[in-house]
Amino acid sequence: MALMRVNPTRMELSRLKKRLAVAIRGHKLLKDKRDEMMRRFVELIKKNKEMREQVEARLTQALGEFLMARALMSAEVLEESVMYPTRRYDLKISKRNIMNVNVPKIDYEETSQEGLSPYSYGFAATSGELDGAVATLSGLLPEMLELAEIEKTSQMLAEEIEKTRRRVNALEFIMIPQLEETIRYITMKMDEDERASRIRLMKVKDMIEQRRA
Amino acid sequence: MTYMYKIGVVGDRDSILGFKALGLDVFPVLEPDEASGLINKMARENYAVIFIIESVAAGIHETIDRYKNVPFPAIIPIPGNQGSLGLGIEEIKKNVEKAIGADILFGDK
Repeated sequence: MALMRVNPTRMELSRLKKRLAVAIRGHKLLKDKRDEMMRRFVELIKKNKEMREQVEARLTQALGEFLMARALMSAEVLEESVMYPTRRYDLKISKRNIMNVNVPKIDYEETSQEGLSPYSYGFAATSGELDGAVATLSGLLPEMLELAEIEKTSQMLAEEIEKTRRRVNALEFIMIPQLEETIRYITMKMDEDERASRIRLMKVKDMIEQRRA
Repeated sequence: MTYMYKIGVVGDRDSILGFKALGLDVFPVLEPDEASGLINKMARENYAVIFIIESVAAGIHETIDRYKNVPFPAIIPIPGNQGSLGLGIEEIKKNVEKAIGADILFGDK
């Protein structure tokens, strides 16, 4: 492990000791953060996977129905049928804080006009498959929004976990060993200096006594 | 603080027309370049959730990745009318590998 380039002085030693204490404390905190995030992430990602599989299956089915409707109706009529929807979805979003990661929270609000059917078209000119497709899709939308929330959350959490893990590793395998090594180096160097000056004094004393004799 | 946000759907015309009946904003696109510009524009215009048809999403990874670290918009790939390409599941798998370092969900497959 590489040494830091420092002057082996008492000042430097106490400075490094303080840094080491901070590094160790930071390491412990970050490790706890990482472990807790992992736990949350595992819970979340399992749910995410289940929901996605479910949504994808149902969506594929709905789109299949829609495709049938499209095949049975002319493009213009179909386009016209869905042109003026009777409902509108507004999203209310806020942020939730999971272990200091800001993740989205999505609530939706459905606005439909009074007294209008959910279908934005007359039944005369359209095929039954279209009704089915629209019904399935509108039933699916709340789930899709929930999926969006969960998926985004796990995405951001994954990113943050990776970042935190890097920091933990950098502290554990680089910072802390480096500081310890440097502290040891300074201690040894100072001991060595002390021994050297003691020997020098003893030598001088010997010389003085020899001269007296 | 809450504002009103919108839901957008991006993809080929055939796949997304159904969402229009629900009152979502749909944006038919053909070219990946077009889609990428569109996503950027939507992100500026209060779209909180953007559903994007997988076949389109496959071409504009970079644009989608750009919004990964911000809470909004959430860009969610959904299967189009050709069926699922497995892109969404792939994304989940990538997240697991990134966070945990190993695949723990899909190991049995």
